[in-house]
Amino acid sequence: MDEDFKVIDNYLMIRMPDEIDHHKSIYISKMADKFIINEQVGNVVFDFERTVFMDSSGIGIIVGRYKKISIFGGKVFAINADRQIKRILQLSGLHKMVEIME
Amino acid sequence: MIEIVSVKRDTQVKNEMRLEFKAISENEAFARTAVAAFVTQLNPTLEEISDIKTAVSEAVTNAIIHGYEGMENYDNRVWLSCFIKNDVLDVEVRDSGVGIENIEKAMQPLFTTKPQLDRSGMGFSFMEAFMDDLEVISEPGHGTSVHMVKKLGTASWIEEE
Ligand SMILES: Nc1ncnc2c1ncn2[C@@H]1O[C@H](COP(=O)(O)OP(=O)(O)O)[C@@H](O)[C@H]1O
Ligand SMILES: [Mg+2]
Repeated sequence: MDEDFKVIDNYLMIRMPDEIDHHKSIYISKMADKFIINEQVGNVVFDFERTVFMDSSGIGIIVGRYKKISIFGGKVFAINADRQIKRILQLSGLHKMVEIME
Repeated sequence: MIEIVSVKRDTQVKNEMRLEFKAISENEAFARTAVAAFVTQLNPTLEEISDIKTAVSEAVTNAIIHGYEGMENYDNRVWLSCFIKNDVLDVEVRDSGVGIENIEKAMQPLFTTKPQLDRSGMGFSFMEAFMDDLEVISEPGHGTSVHMVKKLGTASWIEEE
């Protein structure tokens, strides 16, 4: 699972799992924070290419990381989000915090 | 002595299923997948399946992480029942845990008692958005019951018009 976290320049790239729920979210948040602190990355990119399911735990992961990096001017991006994931991001008002890229 | 118990059937109920499982987070995926499999008989659209899975995941996660808060050393259970009446799915998720003191406040968007656990406070909002009806019954010390209703087939109906 560690290969799903990669640092490229000042970006932490996270390949999100196929299903994101509370059970899975604990590990993702913990790993992401390890990289943010140890490698001092400024921005985080969530890649939803593989993801077919996400509940509000995914929102918790994104908001939690946003809070950690935005104080230093960092940004959060979402890539490869399908219709349902975009809907969930929109419903939570997260499209203001996260740049959703096509 | 044989006792004959006759149960008056709700003739509208076409199908019904009940599950009881341990209140551990490994069962979140199991619960939503089971409900998704059960509703396939109603020919739901992919979007409807996705809506139902999200709502069930929210209610079951809440039962596991909030319902049994501080009761981790017990053999805690979650009960899930599903009914199908015509094209309507009825889901109930119940725990026998701590209950909710102020239901109205708990249901507000962004309200959470566990911000340190990265909870977003959007669970009830998602249940409301993705299902057609949501009712929460709870009493402190007596657990919580979340009742959700979704009418299926409305999307394809509109598309056909
Ligand atoms: N089954 C439950 N038992 C006890 N408290 C609950 C239950 N479900 C929800 N709650 C309370 O309602 C709050 C809001 O729930 P929700 O909208 O799902 O947000 P979150 O789970 O992110 O905290 C929870 O933080 C918790 O305090
Ligand atoms: Mg919740």
